[in-house]
Amino acid sequence: MKFARILGGVAALALLSPFAAAADGGSLVILSTQTPRHLNGAVQSGTATAVPSTQLFASPLRYDAEWNPQPYLAESWEVSEDGLSVTLNLVKNATFHDGKPVTSEDVAFSIMTTKENHPFKSMFAPVETIETPDAHTAIIRLSKPHPALLLALSPALAPVLPKHVYGDGQDPKSHPANSAPIGSGPFMLESFTPGEATILKKNPNFFREGYPKLDEIIIRIVKDENALLIAMENGEADIFPFMTSSNSIKRMQGVERLTVTDQGYAGIGPINWLAFNTKSEKLSDKRVRQAIAYAIDRDFITKALMRGVAQQQRGPIIESSPFFDASIPAYDVDLDKAKALMAEAGFADGMELSVDYIPGNDEQQKNVAEYLKSQLKKIGIEVSVRPSPDFPTWAGRVSSHDFELTMDVVFNWGDPVIGVHRTYLSTNIVPGVIWSNTQSYANAKVDEILNAAAVEGDPEERKALYAEFQQIVGDELPIYWLNASPYHTAYDSRLGNPPMTIWGPMSPLDEVYWKEPK
Amino acid sequence: MAGYLLRRLAYGLLLMAGVVILNFFLIRLAPGDPAEVIAGDMGGATAEVLAAIRADYGLDQPLLVQLGRYLGAMMQGDLGESYFFNRPVAELIGARIGPTILLVLAAQVISITIGVAMGVMAARKPNGVLSGAVSVVATIGYAVPVFWMGIMLIILFASIIPIFPVEGMADIRLRNEGWLERMIDILHHLALPAFSLAVIFLAIYARLSRASMLDVLGADYVRTARAKGASERSVLFRHALRNAALPVITVAGLQFGGLLSGALLVETVFNWPGMGTLAFDAILRRDYTLLLGVLFCAAAMVVIANIVTDLAYRLADPRLRGET
Repeated sequence: MKFARILGGVAALALLSPFAAAADGGSLVILSTQTPRHLNGAVQSGTATAVPSTQLFASPLRYDAEWNPQPYLAESWEVSEDGLSVTLNLVKNATFHDGKPVTSEDVAFSIMTTKENHPFKSMFAPVETIETPDAHTAIIRLSKPHPALLLALSPALAPVLPKHVYGDGQDPKSHPANSAPIGSGPFMLESFTPGEATILKKNPNFFREGYPKLDEIIIRIVKDENALLIAMENGEADIFPFMTSSNSIKRMQGVERLTVTDQGYAGIGPINWLAFNTKSEKLSDKRVRQAIAYAIDRDFITKALMRGVAQQQRGPIIESSPFFDASIPAYDVDLDKAKALMAEAGFADGMELSVDYIPGNDEQQKNVAEYLKSQLKKIGIEVSVRPSPDFPTWAGRVSSHDFELTMDVVFNWGDPVIGVHRTYLSTNIVPGVIWSNTQSYANAKVDEILNAAAVEGDPEERKALYAEFQQIVGDELPIYWLNASPYHTAYDSRLGNPPMTIWGPMSPLDEVYWKEPK
Repeated sequence: MAGYLLRRLAYGLLLMAGVVILNFFLIRLAPGDPAEVIAGDMGGATAEVLAAIRADYGLDQPLLVQLGRYLGAMMQGDLGESYFFNRPVAELIGARIGPTILLVLAAQVISITIGVAMGVMAARKPNGVLSGAVSVVATIGYAVPVFWMGIMLIILFASIIPIFPVEGMADIRLRNEGWLERMIDILHHLALPAFSLAVIFLAIYARLSRASMLDVLGADYVRTARAKGASERSVLFRHALRNAALPVITVAGLQFGGLLSGALLVETVFNWPGMGTLAFDAILRRDYTLLLGVLFCAAAMVVIANIVTDLAYRLADPRLRGET
């Protein structure tokens, strides 16, 4: 009897619970396999921090799905003729979660803090000073034109921090407030349990009238992908972003209640590639690298190994970016040409090579490495696959340049200046640092073009410079780009305005709502 | 008795110190260091940033200096700060130790009650069908890897027949409900992981109590009890089981370490927010202080469990009470 009462109580609870509420309000459960160290995106990159950080902190600008900047904390902005200053006119009604107003002082403090502490040094490197003539105007003064600046002012890269909290002299990278942030974003922190969950609740004083729509967002960390998929199938969770495994994607596509999309990842621009150590004697000749490229079948990799969920990627800039140059050499499979190039380079008898890969994502990394072993054998290259037990081991090998070939996945992060230049500039050959120019690729012309593109204010001119860059690296191949990481989002089809902008789930979810009660 | 306890405690402390020192060196044998993980997590960092991270955490110091500092802080009850989370290790473990104890105790209770019941039933008719069935079930239970059992239970009871949740210890959406609803929710989440962990130990207890009961049932005092006309139930539970339980108590204590290590796998499979998942992540991130802290606590729990077992054994067996 008592048990029946308890069961009845549970049933009643299910009916009364908040997620049975009407269209406005309700809760959104996001699943993630990644653990954030803390929640402050100003001093920490990566998707794990960016998802909660962009809910907690607002930023000067935000972006739509077509790479167009939109007003956010800045209701308008203006780039000067000479490109040496950018004026932000801030909204007047924005407040932090503790009630203090957001002022130009906070914006100036945040950009300088990010410049000094964020690992993406190129984002704000040209920023010299930020003037604050009044509480709602910030003028960013640059040492040289910096067209990447507007993308760098996105929510994922430029959270506006409260100066009255972070300006206390403590190191921002280990500031206690990073685990209990006060921002001006659409959601406020309710609790952050490291490695487990982040719970965010609606900010009732959010400066965008009528937003956010949801009452709360729960970000749950689930390490086991299988458990995570079952949670999605059973309705225990509502949205699962950053999904790359074809098995997961296809399984989610089979669930009637869910929609699966690959939109929302153009900004990250994740590229899965094969990197060459150009300092290795065997790989220093570009003809060997080209031979390897001619032997690899991108079509097989994306259609067979990745079961059609991934798109081919032909160059260093993600193909969905306006800067991508479609005329870059494609290296369609041609084994005869590959063998001829090997012979020309003096390796007619073949050679032995080892290939590394990042452990943990077999479909994108390990399986491709295994495929290279059988495929390159056809042109006389004996490949041994060298596994790493975990990420630090792989990173240690690659960052110390102890490799010949390695699989890798690297993000574009919006503007090429932020995520592309680092891989190809000879000034960024820095042993000990992962995701620097670990290929030791050095070409003075490439350095010159990239440095010119970084300061070119005219979009068409800039596009032309990047086209030239892509032609050169497309010929010299310090890297052979294989595919765009097939990031997909599975979400409950009853969700309105799912995150589809260029920054997808790493952007404020203030407009997301339930079209019908859940 | 007091002297005995003190001696056991002293041994325990020595053991824990050994565990800490051994692990301190073992984890540093693995390639890679926390600075690389933190930098990797940040999307790559400059050489200066890497050096700064190492200096921040004292990782640029000689190993012995690092060990000395660690032990020194530990003497004062400070387990240090997690490299990855920038938070005190004690605080992180504090949040995770409860769920692990809950899981381990639940598994212990399930395995002992069901295991002993199976053993007693089997011992009543050692050559009967039931006895054979218990042996078969026990052998299978003992042979099955704990993580495989967890995955199978998830597939069966969370996917094919979705009656149990798969992730975590509680549904966060119910966090503001009353305590009764939350308790039911936790038990609902606990069922599958506790059972997965219990299966292997259940088999051990079933076989052990069957053998032990068979011994005891043949003893003179049982025959005497029967001759006196005691009921079968009284013979089994008052006379036989109390004596047959002694080896079960011993093994229960010894198995505590096994349960804890099994919990690590079960926690990972079920996303149970305990010390196991914390340790697993700490290894992958080379979070030395956090891992050492978890191992230290695990060692302490095993030492305490062994002392408690000894005491329980003494209480259960009057013959040992006088010994010191």
